[in-house]
Formats: sequence, C-alpha cells, structure tokens
Amino acid sequence: MFQDQYRMNSDSKEQQVQWMPIMRDGMVAAWPICLGYFAIGLAFGVIAQKAGLHPLEIGIMSLLVFAGSAQFIGVSMLSSGAGFIPIVVTTFMVNLRHVLMSSSLSIYLRRINSGWLTLFAYGVTDESFAMNLTRFRDERWDWRRALVLNHTANIAWIGSTVAGGYCGQFIPAGAFGIDYALIAMFLCLLVFQLRGLLYAIIALIAGFLAVGISLIVPGNAYIIIASVIAATIGVFLRKSRFFTKREQGS
Amino acid sequence: MMNTDYLIVFVGMGLVTYVPRWFPLVFLSRRQLPQWLIEWLDFIPAAILSALVLPCLVTTGDPRHLDLLRHELLVAIPTFIFALKTRSLAGTVILGMFLFWLAGIFL
Repeated sequence: MFQDQYRMNSDSKEQQVQWMPIMRDGMVAAWPICLGYFAIGLAFGVIAQKAGLHPLEIGIMSLLVFAGSAQFIGVSMLSSGAGFIPIVVTTFMVNLRHVLMSSSLSIYLRRINSGWLTLFAYGVTDESFAMNLTRFRDERWDWRRALVLNHTANIAWIGSTVAGGYCGQFIPAGAFGIDYALIAMFLCLLVFQLRGLLYAIIALIAGFLAVGISLIVPGNAYIIIASVIAATIGVFLRKSRFFTKREQGS
Repeated sequence: MMNTDYLIVFVGMGLVTYVPRWFPLVFLSRRQLPQWLIEWLDFIPAAILSALVLPCLVTTGDPRHLDLLRHELLVAIPTFIFALKTRSLAGTVILGMFLFWLAGIFL
C-alpha cells in the first residue's frame, strides 16, 4: 500500500512526499551498520580518550570527518605529534576510495537537486555505499530512503564514539562477537552483488589482487587499485565472445 | 573546552574526506555517461566489496602479513555459505557474530 502510493508520488513535486514510511525503511535498513559502528565507535572512543581527546572533541571529529579508519589513523598521528599537513594528506589518501563509491552511486541519483546531493555525499561510507547500492536494485529503494540510512548510520557513529570516550573502557572488548558484524554484513552484500559468473570472477580477481597488493603496499591503496583493475578486466571480459554468448543465452 | 588546534585538524580532515564523496555525485549524476563507463561502474560494487573484505580475513599485523588461520577466515566460510543459501542479511550478520563469538571462546 505505502509503496504503491509512494511510487505515484515519487518524483512529482506537486504531491506531498510521505516521509513516515521513508524514515522507517531507511532506519530499519541501517541496523547492521549501526551494530557494527557501535562496536567500532566504542573502540575508537576509548582510544581517542586515551590519546587525550575530550568526549566533546571526539564528537566534533566524528561529525566533521565521519570515517572510521581515517579517524583511528588521525588520532594516532595527533598523539604522536604529527602536524596538520601530514594528517590531512594521509586522511585524503585513506578516504580517496569514496570516489569510486560515489561514482557508482551517481547512476541512481539522477535528477536530484544539488542541495540534497550535498547532504547525501556527507554520508557515503563503505557501509552505506554497500547497503544502498544493493537496495537501489530493489524497486522500493530510492534516494530519500538512502539519505535516511546514511544519516541514521552517522548518528550511530557519532553517538557510539562519544559513548566510548565516556565509558568505553567498562565494556569488555569483543563481547557477543559484535566485532564481526560489519565483516558478516560485507560478506552478505558481496553475495548480493554476485549476479552471475562474470561478477563472481571479477570479485575473485579483486579479492586476490587486494590481498596481494595489501601485503606489498602500505596503507589502504589496495582497495582502489584492486577494484579499478578488476572492473576494467570485467569490461573487457564482457566484450569477449564467451560472455556475450552466455548472457544472450540466459 | 575545545582545543582549537584539534578543531582545525578536524576541519581539514573533514574537507578532504568530503570532497571525494561529493564531487563524483554532483559531476556524474548530471551527465549522460558513455556505455563503457556504466558497465565499468556496474562491476565496482562486487570488486570493491571483495577488495574490502578479503584482506580483513587473511592478513593481519603491521606490517601486514598473510595468516590463513585467523578466526575471521574460519568463520567467514560458513557465514558466506549461509548468505549464498538464504540471502538473508539479518541472518548472516547474526550467524557471523555468533560463530565469531564461539570461535573466540573455544579456539
């Protein structure tokens, strides 16, 4: 019912957008991300607090940066006395992978005004990207739900990092296997992306390349390098006769 | 009290994180993309998810080295098979956490 009504309303400006079901869908879809962020955010809060950051500073950092690994690295650099330029340049390198994610998402975010896009871009993380992209293939998903998901995850991140700064040391590390939430989520979202033999081959190539490169090149450049090479191989493989035939056949 | 030096660093970190997130969205969503780019971007999710997760399963330490006996990898195998069979995100996350917790206790 809601969905049918929603579809009729979706892109006509004269009609009111129904925010209630949108809010509900976006927030419900965000739960595995929130669970994972809760674990990592608490851990980050504890470390940041030990590095001398006040919980308020932790919250401001999470609000301004909203990026897990870059914040861990930033805090460790701050506490070792690194300057502004090295920290900012490192952050840029660590987070450059989001270029690929935003490019991929842009296909689903056409005809949306740049104000909303500006708000959306803030919430593009590894986790929200993986979740939104999977759901955009589902007809019921749209940019408003995706936006709600992004910001639900953001609130969870800010909240749990601040909580970690206050009382994270009282929570036993690794309780209930919560540290595995995001890995399990990524595994399942990867399964959703394997929509045929070609995608499975590309994923395998990307995975093995990433492992190989990660052992040689320090930092996380392996994510971008492996994904770009694997996707490029994919474009060429799709052109090859074998896959052209297969796809016509199926 | 908020330390001003920290605040400046955080603003800098925020800006260089935000721009790579924002630019492709605004730039690409306004343009008619060539077919090869659409096909290329179509492979990015599978590639990037695999590139994100596989190194977490089989490498560890700093400097990183290969370790095929990690709980992460051991738990990933049944978790992945479960995801393939059920295609349930909630189930996969809960099973993964549960098995990882068990592995931490018994292995």
